[in-house]
Amino acid sequence: MAKLAAVLATTHHPFYLKATTAPVEQQIPQAAEWKRKVEAYRETLTKAEPELLVMVGADHFHQFFLDNYPQFLIGKAPRYDATFYNEEREFGIPKYVLEGHEDLSNFMHKGLLARGFDFAFSNELKLDHSIICPIITTRPQADLPVVPIYTNIFAPPLPSPKRFWELGRAIREIIDEYPSDKRIAAIGSGHLSLELGGPRQFRETGPDPEFDRQAIEWLSTGNIDAILANVTHESMARSGNATHGFMDLILMMGIAGPIPAAYSDSLSLFHTMEAYITWYPEGAAQ
Amino acid sequence: MSRYYVNKFLYTVDRDPELLRRYKEDPRNLVATWEQSIGPKLSDVETSTVHSLTDAEREALINHDIVALFEMGAHFFLSLTIFIAIYDDEWTAKYGPLSFQRDFAKRLAHWEGRDYPPVGE
Repeated sequence: MAKLAAVLATTHHPFYLKATTAPVEQQIPQAAEWKRKVEAYRETLTKAEPELLVMVGADHFHQFFLDNYPQFLIGKAPRYDATFYNEEREFGIPKYVLEGHEDLSNFMHKGLLARGFDFAFSNELKLDHSIICPIITTRPQADLPVVPIYTNIFAPPLPSPKRFWELGRAIREIIDEYPSDKRIAAIGSGHLSLELGGPRQFRETGPDPEFDRQAIEWLSTGNIDAILANVTHESMARSGNATHGFMDLILMMGIAGPIPAAYSDSLSLFHTMEAYITWYPEGAAQ
Repeated sequence: MSRYYVNKFLYTVDRDPELLRRYKEDPRNLVATWEQSIGPKLSDVETSTVHSLTDAEREALINHDIVALFEMGAHFFLSLTIFIAIYDDEWTAKYGPLSFQRDFAKRLAHWEGRDYPPVGE
């Protein structure tokens, strides 16, 4: 059976690459610290020696729009182009091509259906920055095959926080049952408190630093009971209109299980708090 | 009102550099062109008869009216992205990094602490 080598839950700040590769005199003051923290986080994946990645993200109206927006979708393609024109324009993120893994995609899709998650699927999926940002930060050589999973944290009405947790649990069971000797890592990206296009955007910190502190505490201690008791669509909206991306971090903890994280770090930046969390559900990485 | 159609406008224009350029330089003309030939498109062959812009929606798009779009429930991500594309470079050159984004927020200050207009549901 496959081995779940690591589970990573990370924020995806689309300006990381631009901020840390600009000429030094143009860099924001936190750029060097940001790069150090990201490289330390990357090591938590590298030392788990993954061979295959399950990637969780959310399409930001790049391939999917309100004429046809899936609640949950799995990619089943042999490979995936990534980065749309308007992401290159705004964030300076380059184009990528990632290899897919059709066998695990198919196994995952059937396993999800069997567990009551009626996923949409795509055989021609172009990935956006919700998946490419964590590739840039945790696996910049972009050399491993991926199985992409998209969730709806973006176009209401949204699935509940509990549903994201349960989906994570289901993905975990399927990885555990996958007949392969591969080491699989699951990497998902989302947000802590975040405001976009509203009155609280682009401040010195994220819109709700208290929520951010609490959320990191919950994730790093595996405290799903506290999350489900406290986090609702309405509470997330009060913390910032785009805070619902937190549900993808809940999903990742669902893959790990209700266990303490092996690694937890954060960085307060303009506009948002960054969080970098890693679990080793089957014991410490070699 | 068609919040969907306002979002379709923002979505289709933001992802096309030529439409974006025209929306920046001559918004009235681009909105008119869009309503005639781009908005109704489902594919190269199929068109839809379902949606249209109200006068208020049309004016908000023509005027790059961030506040009106927010108040009619245009999706925050689409609105932020397209107006960054249109204004960020000029504002950064004149007033420094993130000045446009902070002014955008200031124009919506009267919404702080209130429930925002819904973008769905």
